[in-house]
Amino acid sequence: MTGETWLILGASSAVARAFARAAAERGDAVLLAGRDGDDMARTAADLRTRFGTPAGVLPFDAADTDSHAAFVAAARQATPGTLNVFLAFALMPDQTAMETDVALALACIRTTYLGAVSVLAHLAPVLEAQGRGRVVVLGSVAGDRGRLPNHIYGSAKAGLHAYAQGLRARLHRKGVTVTTVKPGFLDTAMTWGLPVPLAAPPDACARACLDAAARGREVLYFPWFWLGIMTIIRAIPERIFKRLSI
Amino acid sequence: MSRWKTIALPGWGRRDRAPQTAARPERVAEVRAAVADGVAAAGGVLARGRGRSYGDQAVNGTGRLILMERLDRILSFDEGTGIAVCEAGVTFADLMRVFLPKGWLVPVTPGTAFATLGGAVANDVHGKNHDRVGSFGDHTAWLRLLLPSGETLRAAPDENPDVFAATIGGCGLTGVILEVAVRLVRTPSRTMRVAERRIRDLDDFFAAFVAARDTATHSVGWIDALAQGGAMGRGILETGEIADHDPAPPVPPRPRRVPVEFPGFALTPLSVGLFNAVYRRRVPEGGRERAVPMERFFYPLDSLLDWNRIYGRRGFHQFQCVIPDADARAGVGRLLEAISAARAASFLAVLKTLGGEGRGMLSFPMRGYTLALDLPHGSGIPDLLARLERITLDHGGRIYLAKDSALSADGFAAMHPRLGDFRAVLSRLDPDGRLSSDMARRLRIREDAA
Repeated sequence: MTGETWLILGASSAVARAFARAAAERGDAVLLAGRDGDDMARTAADLRTRFGTPAGVLPFDAADTDSHAAFVAAARQATPGTLNVFLAFALMPDQTAMETDVALALACIRTTYLGAVSVLAHLAPVLEAQGRGRVVVLGSVAGDRGRLPNHIYGSAKAGLHAYAQGLRARLHRKGVTVTTVKPGFLDTAMTWGLPVPLAAPPDACARACLDAAARGREVLYFPWFWLGIMTIIRAIPERIFKRLSI
Repeated sequence: MSRWKTIALPGWGRRDRAPQTAARPERVAEVRAAVADGVAAAGGVLARGRGRSYGDQAVNGTGRLILMERLDRILSFDEGTGIAVCEAGVTFADLMRVFLPKGWLVPVTPGTAFATLGGAVANDVHGKNHDRVGSFGDHTAWLRLLLPSGETLRAAPDENPDVFAATIGGCGLTGVILEVAVRLVRTPSRTMRVAERRIRDLDDFFAAFVAARDTATHSVGWIDALAQGGAMGRGILETGEIADHDPAPPVPPRPRRVPVEFPGFALTPLSVGLFNAVYRRRVPEGGRERAVPMERFFYPLDSLLDWNRIYGRRGFHQFQCVIPDADARAGVGRLLEAISAARAASFLAVLKTLGGEGRGMLSFPMRGYTLALDLPHGSGIPDLLARLERITLDHGGRIYLAKDSALSADGFAAMHPRLGDFRAVLSRLDPDGRLSSDMARRLRIREDAA
C-alpha cells in the first residue's frame, strides 16, 4: 500500500479502467466514480482480486453539477491517505446529430466542460488543503482546434484545457500538480465503428497518464506523434482551414 | 443501439477474410444492448473471444459478432474453494499472471494463453494432462449465460444441468457466456520439470504413451508428419511434472512477433522437413531433462506472436481428431500415411492421449489418442481433409470443432451421439435460432439431421 488514492471520475470508460488497473498494480487505492454502479462494482472487485488493493465505488453524475459538493465531501471522507484525481469522463455525441439537435450539443458541453469544471472546482480546495497530490485531466486533441467534423465536443475540450491550465497555476502554488493529457484516437467504445486511423490501445494511454502524473508533466500528447500532427493542424491559416474538412 | 463496425475477423487459420459486422462492448449493459440488436439482425448473432479457434466457429459472416475481449474482469476468488469467478473475456494469460504468483493454477489450459475463458467453455478445451484431470468443463463450477430473449441464466452441474451440458463445448450457440466460475488448484511452483526423448517410429510412440499415461502428469508427442515408411511417426515425447519449488526467480518469456505474412513459396516439403528434422535433433540421443517456466511448457507458440502469418496469404487449416484407444494405432497410422502421401507441408504434428468423455453434449474428448496438425491451404487440401474425416469416422473417432474448417454435416452428426439432446436444449433456449455462426450453418448443428 502506498497511501495514495486515485479518485477516478468516469470510471466505466476503457481508459479509466486501464488507469485504475495500472494504479492498483502499483499499490495505490482507487475510488471509482460514475453512473454505472454495476459496472464499477465489477471493476472494483477485479482490482481487489488481482492486486489486493482497496477499491471502492461512489455514484457520480458529471452532468448533475448540484450534486458535486456532496460528492466531493463523500470522496474526501472515503480517502484515508492522499487524494489524487483522474478525470476521464466526457460525452461525445455525433457532430451532425448535435447540429440538428441543439439540446444534444448542450448535453455534450454540460458533461464534458461544465461537469468537469464543477467537480474540479469543488475538489480544488480539498487538494489545496492537502498540500500535495496529482490531478490528471483527460483532454483531447479535438480541443486543439475547432475542426468541422467534431467542433462542439472540441470546443468543450478546448474550454477544459484552458481551465486546467489555470487550475495548474493555482494548485502549483500549493504543491499539487495538474497534468493535461491529450490523446489522439483511442481504440475504445467511443471510436469503435468510426473511421478513425491510428487508434491507440487504451491501456498504453493509461500507463502514459500515470507516468506523466508521477513526473508532474504539464501537458502530454498520446501517442507522442499527435504533438506533431496538432502543431501542423494549428499552423494552418484560418483562411485555408475553413475550407478543409479534417 | 450499439455501434457496429465492419471489420475482417477470420478464424486463427485466416482462411476467410470477408468483413463482418461486430460490436465490442466494454460493459455488461452494452453486451445486453448488442445482443438485443444482434438477435433482430439477419444472420443472427454470436459471441467471440480472442479468435483462437482455427476455422469458422467464431465467424458469423451473414450476421453479427459480439467481441467479448473487453469484458475481462476477475470478479472474485475464494481461497477456500479455489473458485475464481471471471468475466468471459478473461484469458488464460490473465489467470497465469494473477494467480501463479499467489500459488494457484488453472488445472486445464489449452495450448495458447491468449484464449478466453468463454472460448474455453464453448470448446471444452483440454491440455496436456487430459488423462489426469479431464477438460475445462470438468473444472467449471458454474457459468452465467445471456439468452437471446435477454434473460440471464446460471448453469452448473446441479443447476439447469442440461443447459450446462449444452454450453460446455456448445460452440457459443446456447447463449452469450457472461461469466465463468473456474476451480483453480494449488501449485507448489510455477516451474515444470520437462523430460524429452526421441521416438523412432509410431510403434515406439504408442509404447511410450502407454507407459507415460500411468507415470506422467503432462505428456505430449511431437511428430514429424513428413516422415514416411519405417520412419513414419518419428518424433519427440515430452513429459512434464510440476516442480516442488522454483529453482530461481522465474523470468516470464518475452514474446517476439512474426512481422509479415510469409510468401507462399517459403513453405515446401523440403523446408518444413528440414525444420522438423532439426527440431527432433535438438533433443540429444539419450534424451534430456530441464526445468522451464510453466508458461513455456504450456504455450510454446505464444512466444511467437501472430505465428499464423507464417502460412501466408492463403491461410491454413488445422486438423485434430481423437481415435478411441482400441483402434488408435491403426487409425493414427492411416491418418499419417494420408498426410505424408499428400506431401502437404506441415510443421510438427501433435499426438496426445485423452482420458475420457467431457461433460458437454458436444464435448470433443473421448478416451483415446488425439492427433493435431496444420495444413497450409492449397488445391489438394479439401480432398485430404475429406479423407482424414473418413478415416476418423472409420475408426470411431471425433473431430475437434475448435480446430475444424472442413467437417461435413453428416460426419459431424455421426460423431456426436448426444446431438439430439443438444438440439432439444437449443430449441428451448433459442427457439427462433437467433444465435448462429458459419460453423453452425456448415455443420447444420441446429437442424434435425436430414
